[in-house]
Amino acid sequence: MAAGNEVSPAYYIQHHLQNLTFGKHPENGWSLAHSAEEAREMGFWAIHLDTMGWSIAMGLLFIWVFRKAGKVATTGVPGTLQNIVEMVFEFVENMTRATFHGKNSKIAPLALTLFVWILFMNTLKILPVDYFPELFKRLGVDYMKIVPTTDPNATLGMAFGVFCLIIYYSIKIKGVGGFAKELSFTPFNHWALIPFNLLLEVVALLVKPFSLAMRLFGNMFAGEVIFILIALLPFWAIWLLDVPWAIFHILIIVLQAFIFTVLSVVYLSSAHEHH
Amino acid sequence: MNINMTLIGQTIAFAIFVWFCIKYVWPPISTALHERQKKIADGLDAASRASRDLELAQEQASQTLQESKEQASQILEQANKRSAQIVEEAREQARAEGERLLVGARAEIDQEMQRAKEDLRAQVSHLAVIGAERILEGSVDEKAHRKLLDELAAEL
Repeated sequence: MAAGNEVSPAYYIQHHLQNLTFGKHPENGWSLAHSAEEAREMGFWAIHLDTMGWSIAMGLLFIWVFRKAGKVATTGVPGTLQNIVEMVFEFVENMTRATFHGKNSKIAPLALTLFVWILFMNTLKILPVDYFPELFKRLGVDYMKIVPTTDPNATLGMAFGVFCLIIYYSIKIKGVGGFAKELSFTPFNHWALIPFNLLLEVVALLVKPFSLAMRLFGNMFAGEVIFILIALLPFWAIWLLDVPWAIFHILIIVLQAFIFTVLSVVYLSSAHEHH
Repeated sequence: MNINMTLIGQTIAFAIFVWFCIKYVWPPISTALHERQKKIADGLDAASRASRDLELAQEQASQTLQESKEQASQILEQANKRSAQIVEEAREQARAEGERLLVGARAEIDQEMQRAKEDLRAQVSHLAVIGAERILEGSVDEKAHRKLLDELAAEL
């Protein structure tokens, strides 16, 4: 749907990329932001209700579907739902077995959660860009950005969770001393180069969550912007471009979920390894 | 695009979902899958074992067949031999019987002949007596010459 004649393309794009923000405004106190400026002025003490709502909804969908399949899981002939769930399950299990070299039964479920959750959140992108903003506008809500993975907060939040696990397992497996030693003596095993090693390793460690989060966010955000730009085109061009782009995105959606999951497992695997 | 508390919220949601998945989602699916894998492996195992058993049974059956065939031919041979023996025995018996009968008949014939001779002798002596009587016109006393006549009959 074209945005109508009265709004400029710039406003249309900005409107679609604005999250529904609830936070502490310096003047209005705790309230919903009514413009991008208000949202920015709220600073850190604000929360994107749409990102949180949709991501939790997708997470609950994942848990509901897989829990249901798990409850009725039989060793006999599986039904359709169980078949699909088992396919995903085995895909993730094999991927984990191939990538993760330590001994930890919690990594595979973690990978399953990440993969399916991100996949579901990414899939929201296939829905037409105007449906939900328009629907919520009619209901009196100013903004509604439904794809959580186009919000850096969401991807950084998940990557931060993975980062915490990396630190936790590094210390659990190698001990504080072992972990410190690994940071200090790699890649150059010489005492004089400890500061250099430390700098290098800490940067490498800190870059991990950022690379995870930014890769997913970047891909999803860029795709979303293209969808919005396509929506601004004349009617005949919309479906001509929208359909190929959406089909292409079926690949991107799965691929990005897969990359995030595999890299998380790889990072966790290296956290389990002794050097 | 602002970084804010959503980040923390998302991290908490992530932690909860991962925890739930580890605790309630992964184990039942994993268990069911592995059990089915085991079941299928067991089934395949049983199938191969059964086919091996079948092969063995077939071999055994053919062996038994061979043995019974041999036994049958042996029995047949024995029966043939026995029947030949029986026939031989019967023939022998018949011959012996024949012989016996022959001997009996011969003895009877002899006896009969003897008797006939006896009769003949008796009659001859009688006839001789009568003849002599006729010649001598009763001069011969039968009682007196009895002894003589008997001796004569015995000589015949």
